Amino acid sequence: MAAKKSNGYVGRALKRVEDPRLIQGLASYLDDLILPGQLHAALLRSPYAHARINSIKTDAARACPGVVGVFVGADVNQACGVIPCAALMPDQKAPQHTVLASDRVYFVGHPVAVVVAADRYAARDALDLIEVDYEALPVVSDPEKALAKDSPLTHPHLGTNLAFTWTLAQGDLAVAFRQADRVIKQRMVHQRLIPMAIEPRGCLASWHPGEQTLTLYTSTQIPHLVRTLLPAMIGVPENKLRVVAPEVGGGFGSKLNLYAEEALCSHLAMRLRAPVKWIETRRENASATIHGRDQIGEYEVAVKKDGTVLAVKARSIADLGAYNQLLTPAIPTLTGSMLSGCYKLKAVRMDLLGVYTHKMATDAYRGAGRPEATYTIERLMDLIAAELSLDRVQIRQKNFPKPAEFPFNTATGLTYDSGNYQGALKKAQELAGWTKLLQQQAAARKAGALFGIGLSTYVEICALGPSKMMAAGGWEWGCVRIEMSGKVTVITGATPHGQGQETSFAQLSADALGVPMEDIVVMRGDTAVAHYGRDTYGSRATVIGGTAILMCIDKVVAKARRLAAHLLGTKEKQVEFKQGHFSVKGSPKKTLGWKQLAAEAYVAKNIPKDFEPGLEASSFFEPPNCTYPFGTHIVAVEVSRETGEVRILKYVAVDDCGPQINPLLVEGQVQGGIAHSLGQVLFERAVYDENGQLLTGEFMDYPLPRAKDIPEYIMDSTVTPSPSNPMGIKGVGEAGTIGATPAIANAILDALSPLGIRHLDLPLTPEKVWRAIQKKKH
Amino acid sequence: MNNPIHIKVNIKVNGVAHQQEVEPRMLLAHFLRDRCKLTGTHLGCETTLCGACTVLLDGQAVKSCTVLAVQADGAEITTIEGLAKNGQLHPVQQGFWECHGLQCGYCTPGMILAGVQLLQRSPHPTREEIAHSLEGNLCRCTGYSHIIDAVDFAARQMAAPPPAKAKATAKAGPKIKSA
Repeated sequence: MAAKKSNGYVGRALKRVEDPRLIQGLASYLDDLILPGQLHAALLRSPYAHARINSIKTDAARACPGVVGVFVGADVNQACGVIPCAALMPDQKAPQHTVLASDRVYFVGHPVAVVVAADRYAARDALDLIEVDYEALPVVSDPEKALAKDSPLTHPHLGTNLAFTWTLAQGDLAVAFRQADRVIKQRMVHQRLIPMAIEPRGCLASWHPGEQTLTLYTSTQIPHLVRTLLPAMIGVPENKLRVVAPEVGGGFGSKLNLYAEEALCSHLAMRLRAPVKWIETRRENASATIHGRDQIGEYEVAVKKDGTVLAVKARSIADLGAYNQLLTPAIPTLTGSMLSGCYKLKAVRMDLLGVYTHKMATDAYRGAGRPEATYTIERLMDLIAAELSLDRVQIRQKNFPKPAEFPFNTATGLTYDSGNYQGALKKAQELAGWTKLLQQQAAARKAGALFGIGLSTYVEICALGPSKMMAAGGWEWGCVRIEMSGKVTVITGATPHGQGQETSFAQLSADALGVPMEDIVVMRGDTAVAHYGRDTYGSRATVIGGTAILMCIDKVVAKARRLAAHLLGTKEKQVEFKQGHFSVKGSPKKTLGWKQLAAEAYVAKNIPKDFEPGLEASSFFEPPNCTYPFGTHIVAVEVSRETGEVRILKYVAVDDCGPQINPLLVEGQVQGGIAHSLGQVLFERAVYDENGQLLTGEFMDYPLPRAKDIPEYIMDSTVTPSPSNPMGIKGVGEAGTIGATPAIANAILDALSPLGIRHLDLPLTPEKVWRAIQKKKH
Repeated sequence: MNNPIHIKVNIKVNGVAHQQEVEPRMLLAHFLRDRCKLTGTHLGCETTLCGACTVLLDGQAVKSCTVLAVQADGAEITTIEGLAKNGQLHPVQQGFWECHGLQCGYCTPGMILAGVQLLQRSPHPTREEIAHSLEGNLCRCTGYSHIIDAVDFAARQMAAPPPAKAKATAKAGPKIKSA
């Protein structure tokens, strides 16, 4: 394909073209947009996790200066429809999810009323004047207790807290467990996390009454999916709805959703005939934007005494929260699909129970179900090694498929596209100085230090995905236009929000077209420009979106070749395309460049018969398979006996995401992903008390990693191309978060192992570690 | 609340005098964004914890979400928009660009201004000092490593002007080339 015609942008660590606007404060995020006459919405949210609303008094709020309107559920819910879930299980019991609460609230942060006012201060003033008479009702916030017979019900009318059961059963589990020499069991809690993008959510809806069209600007990862889904809620047809994701300040899955506020502001803009803007506060972001993880698993692994792993059995409870957001039920099923990790298991079974509680919904947060799987299997590998007194590296190697065994069919029913797990592990060990590190550990332990070494050999599923496994298409769309001037416009249906595809797509387009990168503009995020798209999530944008662009370029080059043949007075077959120039084979002196061809194509006075004027093409790329990046992370830590604090002494990451378009961006993605893991392992946990109160609703209580928490990295890569796309690329947005969590956790638990500590659940805060150490002392 | 008091303030922002009447409760961040139309200052928490709204107030880095506009009366403010001079990026801005010190860019203006203050106080910081000085600024995208590289890059640029190709990173990493 076109990517092979390189003039050298692809593969280079180029700095980003999107940065000048971002480093000078010139970018336009949602709250930077101002429309004439815009109003500001503010939401009143429930302070109770479960309560009946007896009455809402809004008179005082309505009388507040600057207030245009105050609306409660009864005023808007009918017009705003139902918030969609695209992943409900066939027999799932699901509550109707309206934009504002009706007669009950089901989680702290549940929106109850909305004030629309001339400015944001007036809107917030008025919120304080709304009086809601709540009658507190019994609360369930613990998903295990929620399954007890006498538990309060999240949604009493559903009659149960059990939303669904889902089973993955592949291979003969009974035989595998019979053949096992040992069965090792471990319960693991994958704590609830809050994505905490630094830009909170927000939206700005603008109704054009003349055209009867609506423009919704929203801080989202998925403007195209919003355009697909919102019409059914608010009754504006898809072709009269434009959705724009402006500059978006981080998502990590939390903006991969259709939220109540997007429908509500759209409706209010139509109703009030004025643009309506809503900007989330941090406390709202913590309580009413999706959370991640939150599974509790009982795991059993069947092994032979030589370390051959036969099977994994899991019973997992997924805490869904009170409602199903876009993909809520699907996320924990990804855990099941990836539970066999990098290993040749014979059987896997996962029984998953989706449970409602009075909490915010869980959904896709960086890694989305895969970090749970990788953490589980990589913790289990270490537990196996410990119990069988085997070497943890050797048992991993023993159970890896060989590179020649790819495509490799996993015990969970997936087909891993390509891999060389041995290669990444070997490289990481070399970079870490594995043997020396072990000696260092032995010496440190002799001296009384708690020194640990951990590793994880991970594989993940990226480039989601073929349409057969996605709810509404898994392709990506692109468009490439050679403008009349010869400049190039590349439009992608992916919606990058920090990942840097304005740069990487310009790199691959420049090489394929043979033009300078400076001549290319990459456009994204506006459904009026990028007509179709499936957006950015699941580490899919570069693989699927990038390939769609290369397909467009192939079409554009073919069309230009036809025009060039006509203008050069030769046959198409005789035309050679090299570095942006078309010439007759054998006479390279007479050439036509893009500028000349584009001018001829649009002026259209001298074109071949039946040649459509213009020089643009669009394409949908439907991927034949997902991609499966992999790697090895090795971590050395020292744990303080006195304080329980963890110090990272060494961090080695070897990741294989196939060929890299821009290694600098890859490095940034991996480092960013590792930081999320550091947070998960060391600090982060969303805490709800037994009353369903969120105790970690601010950065004060929900600590994100800070600059001082970050180790120095030794980073490298191996390159194993994927057969699933012409560039062979795999995706890297979530790799760090998937690979790093078990490596860091394994290192800390290795450090604690001489004390007889076998396992601790994350986060391994100083307090938790210190208490565990104290317990072993006495 | 019906007749809010308004107070006259004189605040010089990026060298331009702004005389305005504001409510006493107006946040400096909102003054900069809504009144001065300088939207490069971002809000991420309104509680001083994330640092996205960091600006320089009389040369000191402050979180403008917890400074009132009236408290800034008579002060000189530098926002991200005022950092580049005569079309030349400030070395810290340049460092963020060269070292891929940003992804979504939302925390970046505050992060850059925190870096500027550090280099004013300590022109040759170690990586540990840089990390320590950025503790008040949260980034959820980059994992900070490239941000530390960026401030380190700027320190080297400012120490040895010009051109003296300063090594961007102390660790093994890709060579950074201009696009």
